[in-house]
Amino acid sequence: MALIELSAIERVFTLGDSEVHALHALDLTVEAGEYVAIMGPSGSGKSTLLNLLGLLDRPNAGTYRLEGRDVTTLSAEEQARVRRERIGFVFQSFHLVPRLTAAENVALPMMLAGIAPAERAQRVAKALADYGLADRAGHRPDQLSGGQRQRVAIARATIMRPAMLLADEPTGNLDRATGEDVMALLEGLNAGGVTLVVVTHDPVLGGRARRRVMMEDGSKAEDTGDR
Amino acid sequence: MRSADVLRFAAGSATGYPLRTFLMVLAMSIGVAAVVMLTALGDGARRYVVNEFSSLGSNLVIVLPGRSETGGFNPANAITGTPRDLTVDDAQAIARAPSVLRAAALTIGTSEASYGGKLRDVTVVGTTADYFLIRGLTVAQGRILPAGDTGLSSSVAILGAKVREELFGAEPAVGRMIRVGDRRYRVIGVLAQSGQGLGMNADEVIVLPVSAAQAMFNTNTLFRILVEAKGRDSILAAKDEAAAIIKARHDNEEDVTVITQDAVLATFDRILGVLTYGVAGIAGISLAVAGILVMNVMLVAVTQRTGEIGLMKALGAPGHTIRNAFLTEAALLSAAGAVLGYLIGEGGALALRLMFPALPAYPPAWAVIAALATALGTGLLFGVMPANRAARMDPVQALAKR
Repeated sequence: MALIELSAIERVFTLGDSEVHALHALDLTVEAGEYVAIMGPSGSGKSTLLNLLGLLDRPNAGTYRLEGRDVTTLSAEEQARVRRERIGFVFQSFHLVPRLTAAENVALPMMLAGIAPAERAQRVAKALADYGLADRAGHRPDQLSGGQRQRVAIARATIMRPAMLLADEPTGNLDRATGEDVMALLEGLNAGGVTLVVVTHDPVLGGRARRRVMMEDGSKAEDTGDR
Repeated sequence: MRSADVLRFAAGSATGYPLRTFLMVLAMSIGVAAVVMLTALGDGARRYVVNEFSSLGSNLVIVLPGRSETGGFNPANAITGTPRDLTVDDAQAIARAPSVLRAAALTIGTSEASYGGKLRDVTVVGTTADYFLIRGLTVAQGRILPAGDTGLSSSVAILGAKVREELFGAEPAVGRMIRVGDRRYRVIGVLAQSGQGLGMNADEVIVLPVSAAQAMFNTNTLFRILVEAKGRDSILAAKDEAAAIIKARHDNEEDVTVITQDAVLATFDRILGVLTYGVAGIAGISLAVAGILVMNVMLVAVTQRTGEIGLMKALGAPGHTIRNAFLTEAALLSAAGAVLGYLIGEGGALALRLMFPALPAYPPAWAVIAALATALGTGLLFGVMPANRAARMDPVQALAKR
């Protein structure tokens, strides 16, 4: 059973009186443990695809099966639960809550899931230690470097042990060396079994992935993983 | 999400923007403080007046000469002449009525009192021993007027505390003769210090037997007859009996006005009570304004934290969790404002009491509860709309911001 099965996905945005087909007749299958880069110029629909995969957006038509379950028909409440437990997000601009410390930011998903504070503290401490942030636990985001911020964000994305990580230009706000570290970290997680989907317009970054999906005008133009 | 976490998260959001939080708490606290203080003032005034009336005596019925056509007290009574005078005999007749415990004739005038070359103006109260019992007046030294004695023979006087002090200083007063008007009286008692009584300061009077006072002022009419009913239940009966007795004695004409203290009290109580509600309502407007401010501030907070809301949604927070977090924040801010406002209001009431010791300016319990409840209520009510807006926010657009 594939982790992700998209079939005949349509996503139409209405801008004024014109309709924009952000995604059109899209089929995509991703197996568990895969490392996929979604590439393409801006406006090609890659971000819309990522939002769809992350259940932040709903398609106008077509079905999305996640781990064999049709998630397009779930209620908002159930979708939130799936996001909480199966999906981790890594954003270009990190999206850390500025008033919370690194430890509190990492604990946020567990807090939302209602996990007991004692267990939270234990898991956060371990995660921060794993990502080399143990001495930064009490620092707020504005006291951290860009690389540290992204590592905090990755720690947060993985703290609930999701099945897949969705990364939207994860190195976009980082210099090359730091970006390299972050990618190595993500790829390490992928090696540990987590499905990794990276959206990027950077061909070098995309080239690192085992499978590349080229998007163009809302459809797949090229998919190295097609059998 | 656990309730404790919701609470901590909301408190964190509130303290994360200190200026905004301070301003909102300030606005809310001003509203609550205004309600607490103004109602303390209004209720203090009400209690002051009620106390003053109560200090006249209990179960009191007052007979005043002259008939007011519309009922109630008419200022014209004080100026115009009356067809038939109220007399000491009227008072004695009323005292024998079944519902009446005692009745005291009362005549009042001003005169000069002198002792040892010192002279001062005094209010002369001519009355009987029953007056002391009805008004609950006690003597600090000596004794009160002899009971049942209304004759001219007894030339005795009882001094108010201040009159005694000014005429006698450190000297003992009881037993000395003083001159009031053109007659001499023996001081048989000094009133205990009583402070302000409505319209008349009992410390600055000289009490004489009623007939002595009438002789001094060359009149046989009375200013009032004070009647004490046998109990609370017999006040109305005493009122009717007094009116009937006077009518029978005055050739079947109702030429007096009989009022009960309760009726006067109730009227003042009602007027000042309504006044208190009025000022509470005016102060309540500031609470409503504070509520709108809560909404405005929360709307700004939602806009300010759009990215955070998007993130929370991406992390799997359902809409109701986000709504709860914002509602809790609004409630916390309102509660902080309410508590702070309550303390400020109590402080203001305390300052009022220190400045005007006569005024019992305590905020009534209903006002305090209403103010706190309204503050919390408006905070929550006006927090609902911003919280819903946050909960409904589209995560994709929310994340795109920032």
